Amino acid sequence: MTSTTPVASSAPVASSTPVASTASTASWDDLVAAALLGTERRTPPVAPRPGQNVPSALLDAAALSTVRRRAGLRPAPARPGPGRAPEDPRPALPAAARSRLALLLADRSAPGRGGSRSAPDLAELLPQWLALANHHGYRVPDALLPALLDAARARTDLRAEALTLGGPRALWLARLNPDWKFALRGAAGRTSGSIPEPSGAVSAPDEEQRLWEEGLFAERVSLLAAARHRDPAAGLALLSGTWSTERAEDRLMFLDSLRDDLSPSDEPFLEQALSDRSRNVRATAAELLSALPDSALAARMAERSRGCVSLTTDEPTADGLTADGLTAEGSTGDGRTADGRSYDGRTADGRTGDERTSDERTAAERTAAEQTSDELTAAERTPRITVRPPDECDSGMQRDGIVPKPPSGRGKRSWWLGQLVEATPLDRWTEWFGGRGPAEIVALPVADGWQADLHAAWCRAAVRQRSAEWCRALLGAPAVAPVTAGEAAPAAWRDPAKLLSALPAGERAEWVAEFIASHGLSDAFRLLGVCAVPWAEPLGRAVVDALDIARDAGSYPWSFSGVMGLAERCLDPTQADRLEVLTAIPDEREGAAPGAGGYWAEAFQRLVGTLRLREAMRAELDPN
Amino acid sequence: MRRSKRLSVGARTVADMNPQGERWTAEQVLALAPDAASRTAGGRLAAAGKWSGAGAHGQAVWGLCAGSGSKPYQTVVDLNGPGYRCSCPSRKFPCKHALGLLLLWASGEGGVPAGGEPPEWAGQWLGDRRERAEKLVAGARDGGPGPGGGTGDGAGKGGSGGAADPEAARRRAERRVQRIAAGATELERRLADLLRDGLASADRAGYGAWDETAARMIDAQAPGLEARVRELAAIPSSGPGWPGRLLAECALAHLLNQGFLHLDGLPEKLAATTRTRVGLTTPVAELLATEEAIRDRWLVLGRQDGTDGRLTTRRIWLRGERTHRMALLLSFSTPGQSPELALPTGLVLDADLVYYPAARPLRAAIGTRHEEVAEAPPATAPPAPEGCAVETALAAYGAALGEDPWLDGWPVVLAEVVPVPGDDGWQLADERSGSALPVDPRCAGRADLWQLMAISGGGPVTVFGECGHRGFSPITTWDPTPVSLIGTAAQGGTR
Repeated sequence: MTSTTPVASSAPVASSTPVASTASTASWDDLVAAALLGTERRTPPVAPRPGQNVPSALLDAAALSTVRRRAGLRPAPARPGPGRAPEDPRPALPAAARSRLALLLADRSAPGRGGSRSAPDLAELLPQWLALANHHGYRVPDALLPALLDAARARTDLRAEALTLGGPRALWLARLNPDWKFALRGAAGRTSGSIPEPSGAVSAPDEEQRLWEEGLFAERVSLLAAARHRDPAAGLALLSGTWSTERAEDRLMFLDSLRDDLSPSDEPFLEQALSDRSRNVRATAAELLSALPDSALAARMAERSRGCVSLTTDEPTADGLTADGLTAEGSTGDGRTADGRSYDGRTADGRTGDERTSDERTAAERTAAEQTSDELTAAERTPRITVRPPDECDSGMQRDGIVPKPPSGRGKRSWWLGQLVEATPLDRWTEWFGGRGPAEIVALPVADGWQADLHAAWCRAAVRQRSAEWCRALLGAPAVAPVTAGEAAPAAWRDPAKLLSALPAGERAEWVAEFIASHGLSDAFRLLGVCAVPWAEPLGRAVVDALDIARDAGSYPWSFSGVMGLAERCLDPTQADRLEVLTAIPDEREGAAPGAGGYWAEAFQRLVGTLRLREAMRAELDPN
Repeated sequence: MRRSKRLSVGARTVADMNPQGERWTAEQVLALAPDAASRTAGGRLAAAGKWSGAGAHGQAVWGLCAGSGSKPYQTVVDLNGPGYRCSCPSRKFPCKHALGLLLLWASGEGGVPAGGEPPEWAGQWLGDRRERAEKLVAGARDGGPGPGGGTGDGAGKGGSGGAADPEAARRRAERRVQRIAAGATELERRLADLLRDGLASADRAGYGAWDETAARMIDAQAPGLEARVRELAAIPSSGPGWPGRLLAECALAHLLNQGFLHLDGLPEKLAATTRTRVGLTTPVAELLATEEAIRDRWLVLGRQDGTDGRLTTRRIWLRGERTHRMALLLSFSTPGQSPELALPTGLVLDADLVYYPAARPLRAAIGTRHEEVAEAPPATAPPAPEGCAVETALAAYGAALGEDPWLDGWPVVLAEVVPVPGDDGWQLADERSGSALPVDPRCAGRADLWQLMAISGGGPVTVFGECGHRGFSPITTWDPTPVSLIGTAAQGGTR
């Protein structure tokens, strides 16, 4: 009987006790069989009334049977439920913020700017909204959870914040729908700021241990992060307990999660990981150890570096660093610099474009270096740094994470040198170079064209060891950056954006503001990207001024669309009023690009509109 | 008998439902949008910078919105109804400007200052509108030859306008009954032929064979029968088990034909149901004049918009606090527009309701709305409405079927059910009794089932929906504010 309802297996089960009926009690199946074949071929189990044709009698019986079955439906047995979602004690969003989120998520599903160039791009504001909501510690309204997960599924950059906002219920829900598997894979990465502790459950150590041993990967990652945050040693103990049974990619992920709360007490564990089966795990362990200045690995690296880089006040003995260090590598010599520099050069705001080719530069640079040393010898004996890169990469170095094989086009010895210096605690240089501070050390001349390699390695070390002092020294003054005039070696090895990221937020903003004031916006995009949001003064003002100047110079706004987009997302919303004057369409001036004034006005309208919207978003989320 | 342009008279009488000065919530505004794109576009326009000369007074909101042209668009909204007018060329209704303006007003951030008189262009439209509405209500109260009401289906296809001559009207009605009877007889022949040749032949014949029959039902002015014929045509391609479904639907069509052909032998109420099912409806004015009004505080349980390509039908379900009776309001519009009747779910309104005569009355029209309306304030959400167990829900459907055998479902509020997803369909399970209602498989691909899941968190929830022979189709749940499970942005609907 049930097979006749449209939902065969899952339909309410028809009553098993047939309603007592007086007339035809022919089974439904018999009626269907007769109907399917036709009453001409099969006589249906019905008795026509006098004067009634057979098909009509069949329909009578079928109608009776259909209504009887429908009226007698019984519930189906309940299947086991999915279990309760964990409690999420975080507060609910204020009503206005809730509708705002619904709007932002709805915009995602209906993309396109709707033709208006002056309207804010809501999709770009979603990451910011999520971060802000997480900052306040809200949880997502349950009704919006599916839309949020869909958004995070489509945009990986949203995942960390979206899953934080979603909390335990997001993971619970994602387990039920294969579309949201991504949430369980832990591809979410680390969430900045507070990781919501899975409610209360983890307070019991037994419970924590059980979750650690049986939980999903994502649950384990967040559990480890939370445990480490609370008590680094306990977190480490949790990890070492199961370390040998973890898969290589999981080991890598867990190891990486130690980075945030790294402490000297982690050293024994990391030393042990230096002998791991997986090369990536070994490399990560070495990297973490080198960030601990007092670790044995850092000491070993320092020892190696010390043999390679030294401070001399003597006239250079012609024991041929040039011969040995560079030409000995023969054909790869030029390749090294060419490859190394042009790579770094690209990251340094594309300055190389209008510079000499690297081959020319290498030659010129060496000559210049030789001249410098000649002059120095002739004049006074200024201290300078001499470099003698390592001759081999022995097994000890390899165990400490040195990669023996250089990327193609790069000389082996300079490749090893770079890795040694990078892993050497920066304090040692002060110690070895007669108590000089970072600024003085960076200012020292480097013999034989090694400056680029050495400074590049210092930059990497400064970023890795989060040394603001070294970063500051290597960055130099923004006004003269990125090329120091008169210096032989171009500063193309630096990546100012990375160096900036190790500086305090205020200093970062000041440096970039000054940079923009001297160099304009064309090279500023990546630098702006590392500045804290919202942009602190004087940075915001510098960007607005630069945009204003660009408009007066008569260019089109889309040449600055990258910076414009950043400004929409990062400018302090309080700038909106100041910007209002720029939204007017100016009179067309001579020499200006045709119609540019209108486009600029539109761009500024959009900027102001976005800032106003952000201010509204912020206010809606503010619990006070 | 009916006039298509007066379709939404039910809405107009609802008109004055929003109390003075009450500010709507953004959700209520967004619920008016005809589609998701309008929602988004409206959201973008809800910024103070876009509007000039905006204002609100009493039930009116107005403003000027700069568009692509040199002249700004004039947008005005009458919250009664609501009604909209905008000088933009959009065919969407309400357009994004009206939505943006209302959102801005709803945000309460001062973008639309209260007080002040509407400018002339707005004031004139508002005045005309008010006047028309008053005439309508007055007309209906007098029981005079008021405007026609919306019919279930095929509205706009009806005959000529209001009858001046009752005798002529009676003759016209008689003629129509005769034509429908001819249609029903023809459909009976068609069904008998089908059964004689076997349902298997329907599979081979395909859609085309039914098209002609459907056209004959239109000629017969029997939209109810036409809709049934079209459904029959679709069944052979509806997957395994279709012969049983086809026989069941053929049998119910046969039952309807026989009912209509023997109307005189039926009890009065069942005859009314039969008449309604074939497509004959009572005009609202006649209804309000003749039927007994039931006053209650009516809770809006849910809303669902559907379209058949020609007509958008909005269905709004109500339940009386005192009478516990369910009621269904219908409102229609052409596609791309939003039906005028817009009662937000969760609203409680004190009003007279008049049920259309039927063996099992459900469809109703709103009559007088009483002034001392206690509208649910949006800030403090009332608790979820009372509900029943799954057994009771099925019993309610069964009981309703006893009176109207053509019912596909009956509206019920289920209490304390847990949604359970599964490979072969969803269930709403009652953990205490261990029994469950399967979710209508036609809902299976809907993203909002996951919304229901998220809200439940694996625990029991209250769900309003229709319980029928295909299963349960959810319409609203409470978290504890009402969440509409239909008509929410249909994103990620690929599952």
